[in-house]
Amino acid sequence: AVTRRLCILKGIYPHEPKHKKKVNKGSTAARTFYLLKDIKFLLHEPIVNKFREYKVFVRKLRKAYGKSEWSTVDRLKDNKPSYKLDHIVKERYPTFIDALRDLDDALSMCFLFSTFPRTGKCHVQTIQLCRRLAVEFLNYVIASRSLRKVFLSIKGIYYQAEVLGQPVTWITPYTFAHDHPTDVDYRVMATFTEFYTTLLGFVNFRLYHSLNLLYPPKINSQADVELKPAEGKEYAMDSESYLEKLSSLSASLARVVAPTHEDEVEMDEFPVEGETAEQMDARKKEQEALEKHKKLFEGLRFFLNREVPREPLAFIIRCFGGQVSWDKSLCIGATYDVSDPSITHQIVDRPRVEQQVVGRYYLQPQWVFDSVNAKLCLPVADYFPGMLLPPHLSPFVTEQEGDYIPPEKRKLLAMQRGENPDEESEEEEEEEEEDENDKEEEEEEEDESEKEEEMKLKKMEEQKTQSNKALPVKVTAGKLRLEDKQRLEQEQQSEEKRLAIMMMKKREKYLYKKIMFGKKRKVREANKLAAKRKAHDSAMKEEKKKSKKARRS
Amino acid sequence: PLPSAPLQDIRNTVGNIPMEWYQDFPHIGYNLEGKKIYKPIRNKDELDMFLEKMENPDYWRTVQDKMTGADIKLTDEQVDLVHRLQKGQFGDVHFNPYEPAVDFFTHEVMIHPVTNRPADKRSFTPSLIEKEKVSKLVHAIKMGWIKPRKPKDDTPTYYDLWAHEDPNSVLGRHKMHVPAPKMKLPGHEESYNPPPEYLLSEEEKLAWEQQEPAERKLNFVPQQYRCLRAVPAYTRFIHERFERCLDLYLCPRQRKMRVNVDPEDLIPKLPKPRDLQPFPTTQALVYRGHTSLVRCLSISPSGQWLVSGSDDCTVRFWEVCTARCMKTLPVGGVVKSIAWNPNPTVCLVAVCVEQSVLLVNPCLGDKLLYGATDQLLESYVAPEEERVQPVQWVTATMEEHSKGVRLVVQHSKAVKQVTWHGKGDYFASVVSDNSNMQVLIHQTSKRWSQNPFRKSKGLVQCVLFHPIRPYFFVATQRYVRVYNLLKQELTKKLMTNCKWVSSMAIHPGGDNIICGSYDSKLAWFDLDLSTRPYQLLRPGGAAGQGGCGAALRVGVAAFVGVTLGVPRGGSPSPALTCLLHHSDLLQNPLLVPVKVLKGHVMTLDLGVLDVLFHPTQPWVFSSGADGTVRLYT
Repeated sequence: AVTRRLCILKGIYPHEPKHKKKVNKGSTAARTFYLLKDIKFLLHEPIVNKFREYKVFVRKLRKAYGKSEWSTVDRLKDNKPSYKLDHIVKERYPTFIDALRDLDDALSMCFLFSTFPRTGKCHVQTIQLCRRLAVEFLNYVIASRSLRKVFLSIKGIYYQAEVLGQPVTWITPYTFAHDHPTDVDYRVMATFTEFYTTLLGFVNFRLYHSLNLLYPPKINSQADVELKPAEGKEYAMDSESYLEKLSSLSASLARVVAPTHEDEVEMDEFPVEGETAEQMDARKKEQEALEKHKKLFEGLRFFLNREVPREPLAFIIRCFGGQVSWDKSLCIGATYDVSDPSITHQIVDRPRVEQQVVGRYYLQPQWVFDSVNAKLCLPVADYFPGMLLPPHLSPFVTEQEGDYIPPEKRKLLAMQRGENPDEESEEEEEEEEEDENDKEEEEEEEDESEKEEEMKLKKMEEQKTQSNKALPVKVTAGKLRLEDKQRLEQEQQSEEKRLAIMMMKKREKYLYKKIMFGKKRKVREANKLAAKRKAHDSAMKEEKKKSKKARRS
Repeated sequence: PLPSAPLQDIRNTVGNIPMEWYQDFPHIGYNLEGKKIYKPIRNKDELDMFLEKMENPDYWRTVQDKMTGADIKLTDEQVDLVHRLQKGQFGDVHFNPYEPAVDFFTHEVMIHPVTNRPADKRSFTPSLIEKEKVSKLVHAIKMGWIKPRKPKDDTPTYYDLWAHEDPNSVLGRHKMHVPAPKMKLPGHEESYNPPPEYLLSEEEKLAWEQQEPAERKLNFVPQQYRCLRAVPAYTRFIHERFERCLDLYLCPRQRKMRVNVDPEDLIPKLPKPRDLQPFPTTQALVYRGHTSLVRCLSISPSGQWLVSGSDDCTVRFWEVCTARCMKTLPVGGVVKSIAWNPNPTVCLVAVCVEQSVLLVNPCLGDKLLYGATDQLLESYVAPEEERVQPVQWVTATMEEHSKGVRLVVQHSKAVKQVTWHGKGDYFASVVSDNSNMQVLIHQTSKRWSQNPFRKSKGLVQCVLFHPIRPYFFVATQRYVRVYNLLKQELTKKLMTNCKWVSSMAIHPGGDNIICGSYDSKLAWFDLDLSTRPYQLLRPGGAAGQGGCGAALRVGVAAFVGVTLGVPRGGSPSPALTCLLHHSDLLQNPLLVPVKVLKGHVMTLDLGVLDVLFHPTQPWVFSSGADGTVRLYT
């Protein structure tokens, strides 16, 4: 168990030997192999001694309990050995960027642990620490406006932020009680969490300081004053209300230096050598787009109904500069009321809204997510309460050439390019169909070319044999045989290729076949998806027609 | 029920018994006279009860005495007592629970002791036990067993760990470190509201359920929810995190070089077939006449006549240009092999029929020529002393002679192959036998045969004479041995790397050999180079059973080889592949496939059986199991 913990903390992993038989005494059975130098490296770790001390401590404590020597118990508990993982973090991640690169798992784990119940499974302190660190990180992302992509999946909500140029992706589960599985070793997870909390704490510290924010974070005093009179009474304990307030994500954070507008001075441009003007322009454009994306919800005021998940939505909206509030009884930190006339968007997740206030949009939560991914405020018409929502697409998929692109994505891309999607959608669809047809035809051609050749040869032969047989020769007028030149050329080329493949070396042939198989499979999958979509669309159209007819009759 | 006061007990004569014993009787006990004591009549119905409840002001303080069954009205004192007890106060009105406490002993120190007892000795001598305890503690502290309380650690938990990033701290470890791959990012199908094409159909769902969890492409079933509110918790969330943890610390990591090759680059760059012309491209003529499979072909050195041997026990002579059958020779047995004498001045064909080799004069072409051949054969003078020969040379009978057969060489076993030496005097035959008598070399002019080998080196598949030099090739199952006939020794042993050699052909220049094998491989040797194949080709693909034949031919600056298309189980029609050997002075020699020739029909699971090049033209003959011989030009 100690080795396992050490391996986890120090990040030691097994290696696959180059010659499995050589190291495994001739057998090829599956075994895990560690490098000898890794194990030696573990032996030098000072934390091993700490683990031993802790073991001794536990033994002594148990003995004292057994003998009911309470004073000894107290004395031992006073001297409970503790250890720190700072040096391991530093050793594993010698630079800050290294740490940022490995932040994905740490964040996901912390977010998972912070949703655990405060009973059983693991220490309450761990859960609280995880919650605190997670909230701190969220606050940093808000303050730096570094969120880029969000995705509602059936597993949870994925977020991707760009922290100091590194993409950091994490997943949070939906807020439901977990039914804890029995076949999961929580000790392993707890060890990982132990390391991750340390790492995340240091990363948070550094990140806060990079933005001139106080760490541990403090809520901006002005906002604090505003909040206090309203909330002071209901939350008795100050220590608790601090975290709660922080986690409400509604207040901005206190800075070490008061924010001045000098921060927003434009970056000097350093032309990189070997870079053409076009590239410069492209980079500039990208930068502008990014700035625009960051200010997506600026000036908008949102109100969250109580049935929508508050934390993710509040986080996302605040990340893009929007103002957000919710029902006062839902959570601490609500800044304005439902009846506020300045609200522009109200997020609702019910089939119908009873009392609508004029002057604001009632929208389903998917609008927020889709808008963030599209980098523009999407038209609201599709997202009214009770409407059948358009599909929610993953922002993490970048389609390469030849991949299947769902039609919604094409529409979106067109919209991002600034075209009006409604006009072109039909044309596009038609084009699409044509494209697909073309593709299919081509494939068929390839398959059939061989057969056709054979057929031709056979025919020729038949003709010949017939002419041989029919000795009393009849002279018929010769027909002009039209030969498709292109086709012939293609055939010739394909035959040449086939012959060349015949001459390949065995290893290369294997590789070639594998690659071609992979390519073909990809095409097949894409075609399958397209066919499915087509079938679905046609089915939908028919249904529509039917319903129309029914309505007319 | 408590024993109540004696006053109340007057009418109760039954004593302290459970009263439900008298429940069903109208009386309770008996008086002194022995008469029953009746219970008070209780015949009030609900209405009476209600009326009483409403009208009687003392109803609330009336209770029924269970001992007598009578109703009793509680007095004021009794009601008060009940109230007090209900409030948790003492029953006695006069009891005061809050009287001031009076110490038994005063807290002030008095001059006199409380008791008169003299003090113990232990009260003024120091305690030994305590001393012992203290000394133990002192000893423990001295020995370091008990440690003083640790000073509180007041360094902050989190600080700027990377304040001094020094590049020296990046050790070799970090360079060797293989970072764990990040988790796969979700695709469209993982969305809570995916496009409809990503949802699984019923069959796909079924297939997904039947797959092993490790084999599944997606570890979840895509699902669609109408709104965000309807999305449930993902039950395997903790599992997935846990599996990720396991992967991080238990999974061996390895740097895998991904092959990032354009598959088009893998295809070897061969010269275009068009540039390598001439080579046969189309089927020109079909020679029909045989009724069974045509096993072997041979062509006259002038290229005018073609001879074919078949399973229908005939040998047919054809004119090449017209596809006319000039002559049919019934030989009374299956023709295994046939060879035309390569010497242009001799017109003679060797035919393998069962146990004998027939030397046939086809009597075609120039009359002078075949007349000279007959004369040559007849000029043989038998030597004085009979020599012991492994075979018998028999002159043909008159009947046979009229058909063209001149000599019959009778072997002891079935003959499978016959081949001529380039000069046209010697020929070799292969007997299917496994003794050292497998290969025999015959001299036609002297009608003399000899067995060159003393020992058998395995089953001989075929033999071949070198066209120019005195070399002799013997192909056994896996090797080709090259013997020097002059020195009578083994010069080379070529490894074919094939399972079972079926045929062999040599370039007229004499320095290149091609071996075909039954596992559809083609080994190409350059005799000047190593004994390993210069190139091993698999024209038929990996799968395939059957033979590969080979034939070679001289072109202008190139020679052409043809592999015999392998009759494969599944292929609809056997194909010939024309391979062109391209050799430049500056380049390495190269075999280039130039054309797939088709035409033969599969019969009896066999396709093409023999191929042959025309000696002067770029033409190819092939014979097949369908009883035809075809010419490709």
